[in-house]
Amino acid sequence: MIEVQHLTKHYGKHVALDGVSFSVDPGEVVGFLGPNGAGKSTTMRILTTFIAATSGTARVGGDCVFEQPARVRKRIGYMPENNPLPLDLRVSDYLGFRAELKRLANGKAAERINEVMEQCDVADVAGRFIGQLSRGYRQRVGMADALLAKPDLIVLDEPTAGLDPNQVRSVRHLIRDLAGRHTVLISSHILSEIEMTCDRVVILHDGRLLASGALDELMAKANAVVAEVKTTLADAKEWATELALGQAECVEQPGGYVHCRFANTTTDDVRETIFASANERGWPLRELSRLAPSLEDLFVSLTRGREGGE
Amino acid sequence: MSVFRALVRRELSAFFQGPTGFIIIATVLFLIGLGFVVVLSGLNGQATPMPVTQVFYGTYFFWVILLLIAPVITMRSFAMERASGTYESLMTAPVGDWQVVLSKFTGALIFYAILWLPLLVCSGVVRFYVGESAVLEPGTIFTSALGVLLVGCLYMSLGCFASALTRNQAVAAVSGFALGAALFFTGFFSFFAGDRSDWLSQLARHVSLPNHMESFSRGVIDLGAVIFFSSLTALFLYFTHKVVESRRWK
Repeated sequence: MIEVQHLTKHYGKHVALDGVSFSVDPGEVVGFLGPNGAGKSTTMRILTTFIAATSGTARVGGDCVFEQPARVRKRIGYMPENNPLPLDLRVSDYLGFRAELKRLANGKAAERINEVMEQCDVADVAGRFIGQLSRGYRQRVGMADALLAKPDLIVLDEPTAGLDPNQVRSVRHLIRDLAGRHTVLISSHILSEIEMTCDRVVILHDGRLLASGALDELMAKANAVVAEVKTTLADAKEWATELALGQAECVEQPGGYVHCRFANTTTDDVRETIFASANERGWPLRELSRLAPSLEDLFVSLTRGREGGE
Repeated sequence: MSVFRALVRRELSAFFQGPTGFIIIATVLFLIGLGFVVVLSGLNGQATPMPVTQVFYGTYFFWVILLLIAPVITMRSFAMERASGTYESLMTAPVGDWQVVLSKFTGALIFYAILWLPLLVCSGVVRFYVGESAVLEPGTIFTSALGVLLVGCLYMSLGCFASALTRNQAVAAVSGFALGAALFFTGFFSFFAGDRSDWLSQLARHVSLPNHMESFSRGVIDLGAVIFFSSLTALFLYFTHKVVESRRWK
């Protein structure tokens, strides 16, 4: 559905995107992850034909976003960052206006508007001005607009920003419901959001692609192991260096123990190796466990590696 | 076509969703009324060979209204959408850049035309009390309205261009006013040029808006003036389109 090759965007001397390449298959829910200024919104604006890239290619459904913007726009439903809406319109009037822009047939428009209002849970505020709605409702109106024309690709820039936990949960359910029927691209810097809603993740940092792939595969790399051994801090640090299991953090604990956390960026289970090594040294071992991998671990280790390399 | 109609309707409705449109209408209504009172009190008891429309356009009221109100009408067209962020939703919907530019221009022009409707009523009042049909002939009314519309086309396109350049409505209004005033006062120099035939004087005469309007207000359709207004309108719409398109330049 999406093919991006060597996408670069310069704003004057500032490089917002630097040779980013990735692809998204039809029906996938893909998370775009990165800190503020990573290039997520820029990529989304290029994919939705709002701006052009300085170089590189981007295709949506086989259509080039630079050469065939009109065809691409018919395929997408887009909720931009901060979900800008005209505050002087009623919800139903706004969706009616958007339905006309998206060329929904007159007879079907009203039916479809009611459908998306039900789906996004805004039917009860259909007659209210958007300016009078809470942020959560506005967010859902923005999503209703994105879904209106049953687009092949739905692009949501920070869809849960500023929502309370209940609203976040309902948006999350809505996004999961879209999987399979639509291709969904979501950006967020809230890791748990991406973790719970996406099959795949594309991680950007400083305009560059840090990682891209199936969530499970990437998670397997965030395979941290924790061991607590009875020894001195200096010996523990030396031991961690010898083991060479990626970045290690050692912290002294009460009772003469040292808590060691091994980043372990391989997919192997290294607990046996650690146990054998501690046993060989005659160090009492009171904890050895694999941490439940989180995207946060992956993100931190990836960005730290990048910063360290620069 | 339905997309264009929807966009124009949205533009027009935006004027009436808040107080802005009504404030503009009230201000213009007051200025037109004041202008007519001044014109009529000046003519009171005097015979004049000129149609009332020509006398009205000869005063400063028409031009003051045009120069002040035109940028206020157009300032929101692009600048407000940019400032609020709705510009991004609009330009990523399946609509073309030209559709957006022309719909904003058309919406502003229709609102502008609505503003001048009281002028017809004022003309009708004069005709009713004077009792002479020669004072205001339908042909003169038609050509005057055409003139008002053509000069409106030029000023709306110019205002849209100014609005497309910025995300700040105040900046859009001030720059629109500056462009409009520059155009008006360039032509104004023709009054000082007299019979001089140097290129500067000729240019001043050619771009003189009061000169062009005068023929319309006398009941004459001056083809040169029609081409002048139409070509400048097209030029500023083209510039506006280029500004809108520039977001997608590499």
